[in-house]
Amino acid sequence: MRLIKTTPEIDFFTADTTYDLSLPLAEGIKAGFPSPAQDYIDLAFDLNKELVKNPSSTFYGRVRGDSMVDEGIYDGDILVIDKSLPPADGHKAVCYIDGEFTLKTIRIKKDGIYLMPANPAYKPIKVTEENDFVVWGIVTYVIHKF
Amino acid sequence: MFALADCNNFYASCERVFNPSLVGRPVIVLSNNDGCVIARSNEAKALGIKMGEPTFKIKDLIEKNNVAVFSSNYTLYGDMSQRVMNTLASFTPDVEIYSIDEAFLGLHGFNYVDLLDYARKIRKTTMRNTGIPISLGVAPTKTLAKVANHIAKKQPQHQGVYMIANEQQRVDALKEFEIGEVWGIGRQYRKFLARYGVNTAYDFTRMPAGWVKQHLSVVGLRTQRELLGIPCIDLEHSAPPKKAIATTRSFGEMQTDLGYLSEAVASFAVSCAHKLRKQQSVAQVVMVFAHTNYFRDDLPQYSASKTVVLPVPTSSTLELVHFALIGLKSIYKPGFRYKKAGVIVSGISTNQHIQTSLFDSVDREKHNRLMVVMDKLNDKYGRHTVKVAAQGAGRKWKLRQERVSPMYTTRWDDIITVKV
Repeated sequence: MRLIKTTPEIDFFTADTTYDLSLPLAEGIKAGFPSPAQDYIDLAFDLNKELVKNPSSTFYGRVRGDSMVDEGIYDGDILVIDKSLPPADGHKAVCYIDGEFTLKTIRIKKDGIYLMPANPAYKPIKVTEENDFVVWGIVTYVIHKF
Repeated sequence: MFALADCNNFYASCERVFNPSLVGRPVIVLSNNDGCVIARSNEAKALGIKMGEPTFKIKDLIEKNNVAVFSSNYTLYGDMSQRVMNTLASFTPDVEIYSIDEAFLGLHGFNYVDLLDYARKIRKTTMRNTGIPISLGVAPTKTLAKVANHIAKKQPQHQGVYMIANEQQRVDALKEFEIGEVWGIGRQYRKFLARYGVNTAYDFTRMPAGWVKQHLSVVGLRTQRELLGIPCIDLEHSAPPKKAIATTRSFGEMQTDLGYLSEAVASFAVSCAHKLRKQQSVAQVVMVFAHTNYFRDDLPQYSASKTVVLPVPTSSTLELVHFALIGLKSIYKPGFRYKKAGVIVSGISTNQHIQTSLFDSVDREKHNRLMVVMDKLNDKYGRHTVKVAAQGAGRKWKLRQERVSPMYTTRWDDIITVKV
């Protein structure tokens, strides 16, 4: 519903019909106590659906190291990586550089591309032509076990 | 118009997705128990490594040229195949999965868009989503789409996409195309046709239809018409391919019941197993799929497939039915009205050299004897005289493969390690 007009006594709304919510229809109401959960099985949360928007292009990776701890990414965490997303400034990307996968924040500056760590103990990496470099996928979620 | 999408050096490409350092390096993939070469990257082909070559024969070549060698990892290839097929299916509802690495796409009703551009977009998206490079051939018939795909793959200037759009392009393509390479002709006819001066696909299209029918049956005639640009083979009525055997069916009425689907899938698996035995081969991979009616926008849509990798390649009806049903159970969701289902077996090899594993708990000799009797009875008294009641006990299996890559996409312990 959307508010379209307000008078001192009544608020007028218009119905939003752009989506529908199906509610179960109770057939033949009986005495006794029916299971209230019966008709709601499909309404349960599905983490897969939430975390994996593009199943064909989503892969998982395991974090090794501590260069991203200030972003809350720790050793042993699981990365949800979507290969279909185009890389952009500020994205956390799994990159393949000089023979290994690494995760950093991409910074696109005037003088080139930088891979930014999130730990003062590490220095930013400037990507040069000498590097064997490819952005492998964009990290969309991090799964951390406490 | 049809398109044939074919993954380039598929198994080798799968290995490269998770190990980009292999790009530019020769890569080969070995058969079960590492016996012989079943897939090669372009660099490996350039070294002269042949398909089916026994591994021990090329030991020196491998060492000298720093060739990366992998045992076949069908779990990974099956999963990557599903990703590629799902990506392709996002471009057209009309997809026929032809083998683990090939699919025909129906592009009818797309006339208003530039098909060549569309094909380029399909290729680019598939590469970006999955990391797998594909080639696309677009043409008015499936047989011509195969020809166009060949051109797309062999001539680098086309960047993996070629379309036979007009009469001139069709004739030019066929004049360069060897008749033995034509889909549906096969090498066994090559010598025979050469005696009549038929060496190229173009020569073949110039032969009288009556002659073709007499010597190559209606199948040859159909191929000739396809090469002339007249569509004769629809997406669903394809002949069984060499690399895979598919049994699929659209249901007369949409089905919701798992029991019904199970019976259908079991009978598809029976049919696949029978076809495998007919051609003295065995399969390593079973794929089951089911989907709803794409043309019914008013109904909820669902489509899924599951690839099951067999521990030991087989043509036993009992085993194939068992694994096909496991696959079906894992994809079935209640509440949808299914229009079509199918079973595709791939990873096909000859039954002469089956390498069983140490932990194999199936009495293969007994299975074989049973299958021989079953086939005899069914041949004599008609199909379905002897049927299987789909069942099977949970067995523990293992296959020996020394250089298998991690199951990057299906096992938590095997996902890629990202150093941060």
